[in-house]
Amino acid sequence: MIWGVLQFPGSCDERDALHACTLAGGEARLVWHEERDLDGIDAIVVPGGFSYGDYLRAGAIARFSPAMEAVAEFAADGGPVLGICNGFQVLCEAGLLPGALLLNEHMRFTCRQVQLIAPRVHLTAPEHGQLNARRDQLGGEALSIPAKHGEGRYWAPDEVLDGLEAKGQVAYRYAPGQNPNGSARDIAGVRNEAGNVLGLMPHPEHAVDPLTGSTDGLRVFEAVAAAGAPA
Amino acid sequence: MAKARVLIRPKEGILDPQGKAVERALPALGFEGIEHVHVGRMVELEAEDPERLAELCEKLLANPLIEDYEIQTL
Repeated sequence: MIWGVLQFPGSCDERDALHACTLAGGEARLVWHEERDLDGIDAIVVPGGFSYGDYLRAGAIARFSPAMEAVAEFAADGGPVLGICNGFQVLCEAGLLPGALLLNEHMRFTCRQVQLIAPRVHLTAPEHGQLNARRDQLGGEALSIPAKHGEGRYWAPDEVLDGLEAKGQVAYRYAPGQNPNGSARDIAGVRNEAGNVLGLMPHPEHAVDPLTGSTDGLRVFEAVAAAGAPA
Repeated sequence: MAKARVLIRPKEGILDPQGKAVERALPALGFEGIEHVHVGRMVELEAEDPERLAELCEKLLANPLIEDYEIQTL
């Protein structure tokens, strides 16, 4: 299992992401933003930070980098992609994930530990040609992970949000009362319809060592690794 | 080269905390009776082919999901 962690000018969490990838299993290397060649890489992480200074809009310029063009092809071929914080913003700007991340409701940079719920998803047989998913109302897996961002308010039109919920694409929600930014329906992370592209605002790569209080972040990387393990 | 100005603003119905903060600050400065404040961006540019500006806005200058844009050729 070989991980590729993108590095843009302005990225700042790529080293922690590399560390988390190796803890989750496998080798990891940085992929410079001008690289196009992802040969041999089994999973991609688009890390946090402020790519290209976040000028114009967070993630808006990074999306046009050669590495991101390669990631779009990688994702289209079913390769697993994890976007964290700025990486989530980049994936939304690139159209690989639905929605957008807006300025936090209270306009302050937020930096604190948040509790997340990963809703259990029951996928049922296709019905009338549509995939039918139902979220387990009894809850799901709980994770404690730090969040640190100024533009993390997830937003999408209501009909898109309804679709995400119906198809089980809401990957993480802030636990009740934990929403740090005013995100729609407490959404902290979403996946694409195929399920191979995942983005979330909180930082699982900062929660992989008991020294810093929680190792729940490893589970996020392990889930991506499971999807990307060579057959 | 044609000079142009692109105005980008948050779409109606999407919470605009910057606009809200400005609006809330106004009464303290003695500006009463001002409402519906929205804060956006303005981009000034010169273009060889102004016909392509809409495409430029859709692709980069604005995120059409969350923002409206208006092109003013000068």
